[in-house]
Amino acid sequence: MSRIKRSMLFIPGNNPGMLQNADVFDSDSVIFDLEDSVSIEEKDAARILVKEALKAFKFKCEIIIRINPFDSPYYKHDIDELKKLNIDYILLPKASNESVKDLAKRLEKTNIKIMVLIETALGVEQAFEILSSNNRCFGLMLGGEDLCVDLNCVRTKSGNELFYARTRLVNCAKALKKFIIDTPFTDTFDEEGLLKDSKYAKSLGFDGKASINPRQIITINKVFSPSLKEIKHAKRIIEAKNNALKEGLGVFSLDGKMIDLPIIKRAENLIEMAKKIGDSHE
Amino acid sequence: MQLQNPSKAGTYESNDIYIMLFPNSDGNKVELESVVYETYGKQIENIIFSVLKKYHIENVLVKAIDKGALDFTIRARLLTALKRGGINV
Repeated sequence: MSRIKRSMLFIPGNNPGMLQNADVFDSDSVIFDLEDSVSIEEKDAARILVKEALKAFKFKCEIIIRINPFDSPYYKHDIDELKKLNIDYILLPKASNESVKDLAKRLEKTNIKIMVLIETALGVEQAFEILSSNNRCFGLMLGGEDLCVDLNCVRTKSGNELFYARTRLVNCAKALKKFIIDTPFTDTFDEEGLLKDSKYAKSLGFDGKASINPRQIITINKVFSPSLKEIKHAKRIIEAKNNALKEGLGVFSLDGKMIDLPIIKRAENLIEMAKKIGDSHE
Repeated sequence: MQLQNPSKAGTYESNDIYIMLFPNSDGNKVELESVVYETYGKQIENIIFSVLKKYHIENVLVKAIDKGALDFTIRARLLTALKRGGINV
């Protein structure tokens, strides 16, 4: 059973204090970052620190490593140093068909899965091909900041400039049964903005949201978790479905509303997610 | 193995340790400053010496300024400094 991915917290790979506390932030996954949050002079130090942290601790949350891009001089070293460790995913920045193919080859004989970061205009257009190119590739994340640089537009809180990328990538991911994570909300002091942006991402079909600050995790987890009211309603739908089956009914109604297959499927998905959240807290 | 050039790694941030390595003519030596020296000074020195022993490093002076680093950080910063000093670890 795949794990829930409501929240993914970026942790700078050269920060010992945050690495050693990775488990306490309540994020479903943590991303140890070797890329943007690490200066060029410290790439070697971050790689070694992350490696030693992974050897020293058995983290409960899902572990993802964002390595440096395929065309950088650090890419090969990152993979060579880390592929023997206990990692769930490698997050590949600026993913392309070529880079995913290369990474998959380097990860042969390991259990490490690939998650791609789509953050270029070309990446958005090629997302379906990238995601379907390799069976080691299980999901994607939208990188809004870099994409806006590539699009030559300003990143705003309303996110209108990302509408096309968000909807296109959600459609690609869902068509291929992959998970999809939304770009971080970068103003860490704007809690209302984070709530709005998270709800918006959920409404479009995202499975979770990336975060750059631990204080954002509670809000993100709450938005991407089913509410008690939703769980109760889903349970009633399942119960009504079971009763209808016993009576040989194909279509039935609940509270005066017709219940058909998509609604039942949604209720089942919601119950399954609630169970996973429950399991993750045990 | 011998240090090829002086090197350093780490930061002065809390939970970190700043390590400087220098060639030393008189075997391995550790000079440690730590905010938790009374309690953990010996343990930090032991970690440093064990890494040096593991990689057969000889004649190095380790100057370390500890800001409450855990064992994994001490090892990581020392390994980084050794690599930067031209030692293949």
